[in-house]
Amino acid sequence: MGDGAGPRSDGKSKSFFAQNPSALIFIAFLAAFTLIVTLLSEAYGVGFLSTSFVKTLGKTLCLCLVALAMDLIWGYAGILSLGHMAFFALGGYMIGMWLMYARTEEIVVQALAQGGLPATPEEVSQGIATQIFGVVGSSDLPAIWAFAHSLPLQLLLALAVPGVLALVFGWLAFRSRVTGVYLSILTQAMTLALALYLFQNDSGLRGNNGLSGLQNLPGLGDASQDLVSVWFLWASALALGLGYLALAWVVSGKFGSVIRAIRDDEARVRFLGYAVETYKLFVFTLTAVIAALAGVLYYPQAGIINPAELAPIASIYLAVWVAIGGRGRLYGAVIGAAFVSLLSSLFTSGRLPDIPLGPVALNWVDWWLVILGLAFVAVTLLAPKGIGGLFDRFQHIRPPDRKGAALGPNDGALQEQEARE
Amino acid sequence: MSALLEVSGVSVTFDGFRAINNLSFSIGPAELRAIIGPNGAGKTTFMDIVTGKTRPDAGRVTFGERSISLLGMNEARIAREGIGRKFQRPTVFEDQTVEDNLILALKANRSPWAVLFWRPKAADMDRVQALAEEVGLGDQLHRKSGELSHGQKQWLEIAMLLAQEPRLLLVDEPAAGMTPAEREQTTALLVSLAKTRAVVVVEHDMEFIRRLNCRVTVLHEGSVLAEGSLDHVTRDPQVIAVYLGRG
Repeated sequence: MGDGAGPRSDGKSKSFFAQNPSALIFIAFLAAFTLIVTLLSEAYGVGFLSTSFVKTLGKTLCLCLVALAMDLIWGYAGILSLGHMAFFALGGYMIGMWLMYARTEEIVVQALAQGGLPATPEEVSQGIATQIFGVVGSSDLPAIWAFAHSLPLQLLLALAVPGVLALVFGWLAFRSRVTGVYLSILTQAMTLALALYLFQNDSGLRGNNGLSGLQNLPGLGDASQDLVSVWFLWASALALGLGYLALAWVVSGKFGSVIRAIRDDEARVRFLGYAVETYKLFVFTLTAVIAALAGVLYYPQAGIINPAELAPIASIYLAVWVAIGGRGRLYGAVIGAAFVSLLSSLFTSGRLPDIPLGPVALNWVDWWLVILGLAFVAVTLLAPKGIGGLFDRFQHIRPPDRKGAALGPNDGALQEQEARE
Repeated sequence: MSALLEVSGVSVTFDGFRAINNLSFSIGPAELRAIIGPNGAGKTTFMDIVTGKTRPDAGRVTFGERSISLLGMNEARIAREGIGRKFQRPTVFEDQTVEDNLILALKANRSPWAVLFWRPKAADMDRVQALAEEVGLGDQLHRKSGELSHGQKQWLEIAMLLAQEPRLLLVDEPAAGMTPAEREQTTALLVSLAKTRAVVVVEHDMEFIRRLNCRVTVLHEGSVLAEGSLDHVTRDPQVIAVYLGRG
């Protein structure tokens, strides 16, 4: 199905890009896109694109990255996880803790400095705790904020917490050989449980208020959002580009071959001697960490994160993007995520005029979800390869179609359908 | 000659039904053996037990010179010990090329990290080419295996088994779905394979077994009814009563 299934017999003489032409094309597109947006931005260019639109584009790149992770776990390994947006949001929470802490610290130190006497560390930390947690009626910093003062530690946590959660959850689920729709339900339950927990005020992450003001980067007091938005766009583009190359490398080799084999017939893979559960756990954890990285870059651009971001619907959207873009090919996931999420923000912005249809009017904000749902069903039924399938059509790639029951021994070379033709 | 695989006193019950009843079986390191028996005699369950798919309720299954127990090992671990299994229907990875299929099966370290950094060496590709040529797929390496004919898929799966370099090969109805010419090729291949390793063939087709010219084990209701040459077992009155008589 995907790229990376190309000839490899003379593997050593061919470079990575020769085997994966789509990776090179993708990087070129991404570079061109980043350059054009930069030149049209308010900070570095002609100001054609508003800062908020640059942020939308930067966020879209992060969504493309998490879609890549989803494609690896679902499109390649065949595990429909409905929990990857939870890992994405957890990464966002972890970086959000540092952003909020460090920013509040600046404000508190400034405010206390006006009193004349230099503030003691106790006064500062008390001030920070009151500022952040006053909203949930508390003035103590919970234990989970112990590392929030340090960017490197909190960045480490941003990847480690989702990674360890995925490792433990995956170990429990895969070890008992839970597969298919049952696994999807289990991952969804995990997401829901996490969201419900974070909604509580005593979860230590400000309950349903979530974390806010994340767009203000500490230590860059005078940098305007115009500049910051472009910097984050660059960082997101870099992460997406590197993520794409890394995953293209992973799926182009024997590892990709093994996980696609697991998707198609995991029992057979076991009899070949591969520990299927270990591979699933490996992919699950790897993709959770990638999702968390995307979240780390996304939420400073969004500015706010709250437990609603972990709702199972977010992970279902993620699956819809990948399905519409085309499972089992990396560029398909990116196209799906970019296309559908940008269309989503267009249709739900309220700026499109209603279309009058006799007695009722087609209101885009209300009807967008219905349209998206219909599109998802249509893609699943009519074009299972999604938008990515169009590229196959251009290249005249046709799928092998020899399925059907085998005929009796003496017609061994034929399949049911061929014999009928 | 000590046995490579030793199954002794094994019993399995599914929901009160005794699929395998105090079964004992052993095979040497270079031996060809055919297993026959009516439907429900426990042939497939026997293979499931040896390959780790089914856990027996009682009994011992040991493998190799050091007689390590296979019970408690999972399927992948048992496969790495050197037991290969060929299913009745060809199960190849249809979405991948013949070459990819063979590389998957090639004997190598199976841990995820080792596989992630594995890149084909010239020796590996030569081996893949040689295996493909051995089963007549030498010019089909870059085709998706889903495009192959049924018979070609059977051959690809056999080549994959050879790539695994198993010490014990369990083959379920190898002749099903093959043309007469292919059956003859298969017979010759199985006989030559059994010179260097143990091969167990489960088969219904008496004509095919006669050509294999090997010891035969007759299963009935989960235990061994008779064992010996084909002529010996076909003369056994018990065998005639439960199996051949009906056929």
